Amino acid sequence: MVYTETSTIMQTLSHLKALEAESIHILREVVSEFQRPVMLYSIGKDSSVLLRLAQKAFYPGPIPFPLLHVDTSYKFREMIEFRDACTRQVGARLIVHTNRQALDDGAQPFRLGTQRCCGLLKTQALLDALRAGGFDAAIGGARRDEERSRAKERIYSFRDVHGQWDPKNQRPELWNLFNGRIGPGESIRVFPLSNWTELDVWHYIHRDNIPIVPLYFAKERLMLVRGETLVPVEQPFIPVLPGEKPRLVRCRMRSLGCSPCTGAIRSDADTVPKIIEELIAARRSERENRVIDHDQDGSMEIKKREGYF
Amino acid sequence: MATRAVLEPAFEQYLARDGEKGLLRFLTCGSVDDGKSTLIGRLLFDSRNVFEDQVQAAAKATRNRAAGEVDLSLLTDGLRAEREQGITIDVAYRYFATARRKFIIADTPGHEQYTRNMATGASTADLAILLIDARQGVLPQSRRHAFICSLLGIPRFVVAINKMDAAGYHRAVFERVRDEFAGFLAKLGSPQAYFLPISALAGDNVVARSRRMPWFDGPSLLEHLETVESGGLQASTGFRMPVQCVSRPDHAFRGYAGQVVSGAIHPGDMVTALPSGRRSHVRRIATFDGDLAEAFAPMPVTLELEDPLDISRGDLLFAGSGHPHMAGRFEAHLIWMDPRPLDARRRCLLKHTTQTVAAEVTLRHRVDIHTLHAEAAPALEMNAIGVVEMVTTKALFFDSYRLNRITGSFILIDPETNATLAAGMILQPVAAPAGSGPVTAAERMARWGHRGAVIEIETASLAVALERALFDHGCSVAVAASRSAASALKGAGILAILVTPSAPLRDVAAALRQLQQQGVLVSRDTVSTGGGI
Ligand SMILES: Nc1nc2c(ncn2[C@@H]2O[C@H](COP(=O)(O)OP(=O)(O)O)[C@@H](O)[C@H]2O)c(=O)[nH]1
Repeated sequence: MVYTETSTIMQTLSHLKALEAESIHILREVVSEFQRPVMLYSIGKDSSVLLRLAQKAFYPGPIPFPLLHVDTSYKFREMIEFRDACTRQVGARLIVHTNRQALDDGAQPFRLGTQRCCGLLKTQALLDALRAGGFDAAIGGARRDEERSRAKERIYSFRDVHGQWDPKNQRPELWNLFNGRIGPGESIRVFPLSNWTELDVWHYIHRDNIPIVPLYFAKERLMLVRGETLVPVEQPFIPVLPGEKPRLVRCRMRSLGCSPCTGAIRSDADTVPKIIEELIAARRSERENRVIDHDQDGSMEIKKREGYF
Repeated sequence: MATRAVLEPAFEQYLARDGEKGLLRFLTCGSVDDGKSTLIGRLLFDSRNVFEDQVQAAAKATRNRAAGEVDLSLLTDGLRAEREQGITIDVAYRYFATARRKFIIADTPGHEQYTRNMATGASTADLAILLIDARQGVLPQSRRHAFICSLLGIPRFVVAINKMDAAGYHRAVFERVRDEFAGFLAKLGSPQAYFLPISALAGDNVVARSRRMPWFDGPSLLEHLETVESGGLQASTGFRMPVQCVSRPDHAFRGYAGQVVSGAIHPGDMVTALPSGRRSHVRRIATFDGDLAEAFAPMPVTLELEDPLDISRGDLLFAGSGHPHMAGRFEAHLIWMDPRPLDARRRCLLKHTTQTVAAEVTLRHRVDIHTLHAEAAPALEMNAIGVVEMVTTKALFFDSYRLNRITGSFILIDPETNATLAAGMILQPVAAPAGSGPVTAAERMARWGHRGAVIEIETASLAVALERALFDHGCSVAVAASRSAASALKGAGILAILVTPSAPLRDVAAALRQLQQQGVLVSRDTVSTGGGI
């Protein structure tokens, strides 16, 4: 009998392959252990990577869970176009949920402030959508390197019946053994990209040729220029200062959110390698041009306790 | 606007190279205030892995002016509660990369009451950095952490003797602490350790080699991390793949999805499934990126086999020499993680690889983490370590943790609260004590290494020879006088040999081969077949 002996020289995976392996393992565990998993699809680059990993995890089968997009109605038009084209192409089932009531009551960031607006259109809408769908596991694309409070988040993050996170009482998480057991009404948020960094995500997009929203690439766009900040003018309610006029600026988005709350950055990077090059040279962290994190020291942690992703 | 960091033609090369660099996971531990957070901040800062706005935020929050303009520990300490109390409660993960490697740091809490979080960080680490304050010397917590790291099978240690600036950069201070701790590590039978003197605060020997300690000529901490052998989770067992799920997109395809946790596999290799013991050959290693000619740990794959075996989640596929244990009773190290202590005996759920089974845990003894001696104890409190005996309702397929960190580990879950109660590391299977209820099929299989079967063979003399060969190997075997007797024996897990003149089997070697191919024999060693096969 011929045995195939493993050689004594250990083979190792590159860091991207190792991260991919970990994420695929997690996705398969979720599908095997939960009744009704769903993937939160936010249309950004992390969601694009997550979607590709889901295709890989279940190949040659289809993606065995629906995608959920919480639409605040203030997303960039290009994001919505990309969402529809991309999910159709992949063959995934898409659920779109919007907090209609809040919008009918006039919710928008300049009236309510970003905190309350996010609370209603994102956090509340997400919790409602999860409850409506009876989902017991929600897979998200958050990474631990995004923000300080995320650095401590588990891969399987337990949420109580109110969808809330208790950072002081997290389940220990050892090896690749995830404890996904929950009681009625409780749920688990799952973060397969926990160990990826922003740079890893871009390298992977490059290596695997993963489609992303064109807003990430530099081009001339109409912007209100306010010092360092570039404000996109997609929504009619953006307050325009006296004498202020939108100008064409060569820029791109570093992270995608709602157009009124996402600043653009001046950039020439119109390909993925150029974006990577820019990132290496850049000295500022990704979420800084999102308005919400800096409202208050530790604001992300507060939002997460309340049920935000 | 960003300046160009790398020149254009070199950039494509950089991208290609960067995609191929390796990964090292390490954790930092040591007693509280030994300087872990400062060290990590220093590593990130000096290797240019922090952003300006993060440094500004830390500078704004710096209250402790003794720590310098920017308290580097604030770059890593996360939660609001922790900032208020000034301590690290939970394991926090940090990421940085150099041109040679990507690193994942598990920044683990120092306080004894958070040992379980430290164990969490240790479970996936390839390397441990143990910090010791040069002025304080070896503290109980230093020993405790070294013990937990070695218990969790971390193959490589770095012992960083910190705050050398506050100890006059004296060689004697370093050597005294080093010698004391090296003695303790030797008692642990622990892995290779690299000792070096550093100052996290001043930056000596962290990224750049220190000019203030010319008496030390070893590589800096970062140089060591960049060059030390990685891949600590790789095991010394052959191919193992716990089945995560079965992929059946259509009637033409049936694949078994899972992560290779040790060894390698190729199309054409023979694999055995447990618990059935059935064998088949690999037809395809299917992945989204195309079929593979080889898969090795920790790659996720979907295996298509030549024969339809009845395999489901929780089963194990293995190949090559060295069989996993199949048993429902084993001894293990346990780190207790629940506020309610483990009493002498307790029922719970046990999750091992991809299956969760009901189990009963019995405390044998507690391990004193200072002396490493076994001590009798009525209970195991939170953060204590003990040796237990586990009995599961279903046989598990495992290796000892020493050989394989994935097939040798498990967690315990409270069936009522769903809390994670404990982390377990399997030592070895143990024999069931006599007279504990009805003997189960799994117990018979675990003891004899085979399931029941009827073997039809042509002549009485061949039957005797086969019986002898199997018996000498430790099988439970008998020659049956009739077909009904044979089937009764088979039902009791015994190998029943039946003389049938028309049987296709004409020699002992062929019979043995057939038993192996059909997966009747699942024992740890293959039956010695003499020169016959
Ligand atoms: N003199 C000196 N002090 C240090 C050094 N490293 C850390 N410290 C100080 O020791 C204290 C504890 O450090 P910290 O990093 O918070 O320790 P941790 O509890 O292990 O994370 C702080 O006041 C640090 O400024 C060092 O190399 N030299």
